[in-house]
Amino acid sequence: MSDIEPTEGPVAPHRVIGTPPAAPPMVPAQVAEGEVLPGHIPADPEFTEHAKNAERVVAALFILAFIAGCGFIAAYVGIQVHSVDQTLRSNLALGTSLSVTLLALAAGSLIWVRHVMPDVEMEEERHDLQSTAAERAAFQEYAVEAGRASQVGKRPLLRRTLLLATAPLAIAPVVLLRDMGPLPGTSLRQTAWSPGRRLLVYGTNQPLTPAEFTSPGSMITVVPEGYQDDLDALAKAAVILIKFAPGQLDGFPTRTDGSTVLGTPNWIVDNMVAYSKICTHLGCPVALYEATTHHILCPCHQSTFNAAVGAAVIFGPAARPLPQLPITTDAAGYLVAKSDFNEPVGPSFWERG
Amino acid sequence: MTSTVPKPVSGVGGFLDDRFHGARGMRVFMRKIFPDHWSFMLGEIALWSFVILLLTGTFLALFFVPSAAPVIYHGSYSKLDGAEMSQAYQSVLNISFDVRGGLLIRQIHHWAADMFMVAIIAHMLRVFFTGAYRKPREINWLIGVVIFTMGLLEGLFGYSLPDDQLSGAGLRITEGVIQGIPIIGTYGAYFLFGGPYPGTSIIPRMYILHVLVIPGLILGLITAHLFIMVHQKHTQMPGLGNTEKNVRGQPFFPYFIAKGQAWFFFIFGALVLLSTFAQINPIWLYGPYTPVAISSASQPDFYMGILEGSLRMMPAWETNFLGHTISWSVLIPALVPLGIIFTGMAMWPFFEQWATGDRSWHNINDRPRNAPIRTATGMAAVTFYGVLWAEGANDVLSNNLQIPLYTITWISRFLVFLGPAIAFMATRRICIALQRKDAQELAHGYESGIIRQLPTGEFIEVHQPVSEENAAVLAANKPLPALPPAGTEDENGVPAPLGTGVLGKARAYANRGFAESVPPETNGHDDHGSNGHGSNGHAAVTAGHSPEELEP
Repeated sequence: MSDIEPTEGPVAPHRVIGTPPAAPPMVPAQVAEGEVLPGHIPADPEFTEHAKNAERVVAALFILAFIAGCGFIAAYVGIQVHSVDQTLRSNLALGTSLSVTLLALAAGSLIWVRHVMPDVEMEEERHDLQSTAAERAAFQEYAVEAGRASQVGKRPLLRRTLLLATAPLAIAPVVLLRDMGPLPGTSLRQTAWSPGRRLLVYGTNQPLTPAEFTSPGSMITVVPEGYQDDLDALAKAAVILIKFAPGQLDGFPTRTDGSTVLGTPNWIVDNMVAYSKICTHLGCPVALYEATTHHILCPCHQSTFNAAVGAAVIFGPAARPLPQLPITTDAAGYLVAKSDFNEPVGPSFWERG
Repeated sequence: MTSTVPKPVSGVGGFLDDRFHGARGMRVFMRKIFPDHWSFMLGEIALWSFVILLLTGTFLALFFVPSAAPVIYHGSYSKLDGAEMSQAYQSVLNISFDVRGGLLIRQIHHWAADMFMVAIIAHMLRVFFTGAYRKPREINWLIGVVIFTMGLLEGLFGYSLPDDQLSGAGLRITEGVIQGIPIIGTYGAYFLFGGPYPGTSIIPRMYILHVLVIPGLILGLITAHLFIMVHQKHTQMPGLGNTEKNVRGQPFFPYFIAKGQAWFFFIFGALVLLSTFAQINPIWLYGPYTPVAISSASQPDFYMGILEGSLRMMPAWETNFLGHTISWSVLIPALVPLGIIFTGMAMWPFFEQWATGDRSWHNINDRPRNAPIRTATGMAAVTFYGVLWAEGANDVLSNNLQIPLYTITWISRFLVFLGPAIAFMATRRICIALQRKDAQELAHGYESGIIRQLPTGEFIEVHQPVSEENAAVLAANKPLPALPPAGTEDENGVPAPLGTGVLGKARAYANRGFAESVPPETNGHDDHGSNGHGSNGHAAVTAGHSPEELEP
C-alpha cells in the first residue's frame, strides 16, 4: 500500500458510500442577466436549452397523463363488472390507465423540478431551541404567580374535594363498558354436546353410522345435531372423527391423573375416535391429518397431536392433548355423543384449573 | 425581486395577512430549507401511503356493511352461490365483483397498508441507525413508536373486517391470546366479543376502531410528528458545509412541494400498478369464515409475522398455579418479543443519554459506523425480529427448502438467542474496522486502483487524496469523551456523574462501550502505534512518500 500521490495523471472516481455526490456550490447559480444575491433564487435555470428540452418532455408526460386519465373514465363507463371475467378486464383497464396517469404525473413533476427549475442550494440558520434565560425566568415567574392566585396550593380542602368530585366521573367510562358482554361464567367449560346428541357430518349435515365410515386412515369433521349452523356453538363443539384400521388402537392409553389427560378406550366405537377440533393452544381448527403417522397438525402454529395415543402433544406450543369426545351408537345405529367433553376444550384460561 | 408583484400574491396574500398576520410566517415557511438525502424519503412513503389509505378507505366504507348477520349469497361470484356468510363478507364480495373499480380500490387499500408498515419500519431503521432520534428529537421518536404500534392494530382490524376464512383464523388467535391472560383473560374476551366467540359484536366494534378511533389517533400523531419536525428543522447528513448550526438544501416552495408531489404520485402509481397486476387478499378464494375450517399455510400480513413466529417457536409450557392455569406458551410469545422491541425502542434514546452522558443537541446525523454500539444493538434487534419473522413462515420455508418443519423450529429456537448476539459482535467489529478505514483514507488517501512501477521495479498502488467533500464526511466521526471514573472530580470540583453502586458500575460499563472509537486523528493506527506516525500532528494529506514508508 502506498501513501498519498498528488493528483497528477488519471483520477479514479471516488465516493464515500451513503453520501450524496459532490455538493454544488452553496451560492445560487448566476443568471444571464446579472448577479443573484446570496439567499435569493435565480429566476431561470442556468442552461436554457436544456430546460427547453425538459419542458417538452414534461408537457408530453402531462398529455400522456391526461389521455390515460380519460382512458380511466372511459374504462369505468365502458366495462361492466358482475362476473369474474368482466371484473378481471375492468381491473386491468382501470388499473393500467390509473397507473399510467399517476406515474406520468410523477415523472413530469420530477423532471420539472429537477431540470426546468433553476438549481439552487440554500442555507438556513438553526436557532437555539431553548428559550433565553430571561424568557424562562419570566415564564416561571408567571406560572408561580398564577398558581398562587388559583389558591390550589393554599386550600387543601378545595383540592381534595375536587379530586373526590371527579373520581367517580373518571371511573364512569370504565363502568359503562360493563355491558359490552356477559360474564363468562362456566360457559367455556360446556359445549353443545349432550348425551344422545347425534354426530352430523360437517358439510352434508347427515347423521352417520359406523358402517358408513369405512375408510381407515381418514378423518372427517362432525358437528352436533341442531347446532350445524350455529357458529358460536361450533367454535367449541367442532369434532374430528378418525377411523383407524383394526388393531391400530391396541394399547390405547387409559385416562391418567395429573396434568396430562390422555384418551379413554371405552369411548371408542368401531376403531373410531372423536377429538375436539379446537386446538388447545389458541383455538384454530386442527385440520391436517397424516394417516401413516396418525399425526394431527394445527396449521396455525403447528402443534402436533398423536391420534393413536389420545391426541397427546408431540410437538409445538399446545400444552394439552385434544379433549376426547365420548361416543357410542344409539338404538337406530347412529353415532351419538355419550356426554359432553369432560374437560374444557380450546385454549387455556385462568379459571380452567 | 424587482418585478411587480402579481395579483394573487398581493390580493389574496393581503386579504389573508389582514386577518391572520401571515406574511412573515408564510415567508419563513415557504423558504424553509429541507435537506436532501434519499433516506429522508422513507418517512414520506409512510405519509403518502397513509393519505392513500384515507382516500381508498373512505371509498370502501361507502359499500362495506359492518355486520355479522348471516345471509345466503346469491351474487355475481357464482362459486359461492347459496353459501351462508356474514353481511360483511357479502359486502366485500360485492365491492370486488359488483362495484366498478371496487376490486382495484380494495387492492390499493391493502397494498397501501402493507406499504405503510414497510415504510414505517424502514424509516425507523434509518432514524435509529443515523442517531436522528437524539436530543432534541426524542419526543418525535416516541410518537413514531406509537404510530408503529397503532399501525399494527389498525392492520389487524382491517384485514379481519372482511370476515373471510383466513382473517378469521387471525381473530381466533387474538381471542385465544386474550383468553390466556391471567385473571382478566376470559372477561376480556367475553367483553370484546360480546359473549362467546365469534359472536356478532366483534365486526361492528372492529369497524369503528378501524375507521375512526385508530386512524384518528394516527392522523393526530402524524400531524404532531410533522409539526415537530418542521419546528425543530430536519437533521442533515454530515458533509462539507453542514454544521450543527445550519440546514442546507432546497426551499419548501417551489422545490420541496414539487418533489413531494412527484413522490406522492410515484407511490400512488406504484401501488396502483401492484393492485392491477399483483393480486392481494382474494377473499373469495378463502370463503366465508367458520370456526370449523381452516386452510393450510395460514399466514397473516407481514407485519404480524413476528407474533406468528413467536407463537410457533414457543415450546409447550403451561403451569398450574393454585388451581389456576397459566399458559406460558401463549403469554410469552404474545407479549415478550414485541414488548422487548417496543419498550426497547422507546427507552433507547434515554438509555443512550444515560450511558454516554451526552445531553447536547444533535442536528448532524451519525454515519452508522461511527456509533458502533448503537449500530450493533440495532442489528441485534433486526436479527431478533428477523428470526421470529422468518419462523412465522416456517411451513413455507420447510416446503420450499425441503427442510423438516420441526428442524426449522428447533433451529429458530436457538437462533433467536444466538443470532442477535452474533450480529451484535460482528456489527461492532465491522463498525470499528470501517472507522479505521475512514481514518486511514483521510490520512493517506484512497486506493485509486492505479498500479505504477517504481524505478526499483516494485509495483505499488497509487493513493490519491480524498476530495474535500468526502474528507468532510470522513472527518465527521466525533467520538464522545468517556465519562470520568466514579469518585473523581474535575478541575472545577464537579464530581463525576458515575455512581459507585451497581447502577454506576453498569453505567461505566456501558459508557466504555459507547466511548470506543477510532477518530480521524489516529489516522487509522489506533492498535499499532509504532509505525512511525504520531497519533496527532500527522499531516492529513502529504505527497511524495518514499517506498520505504510503505505500510506493511
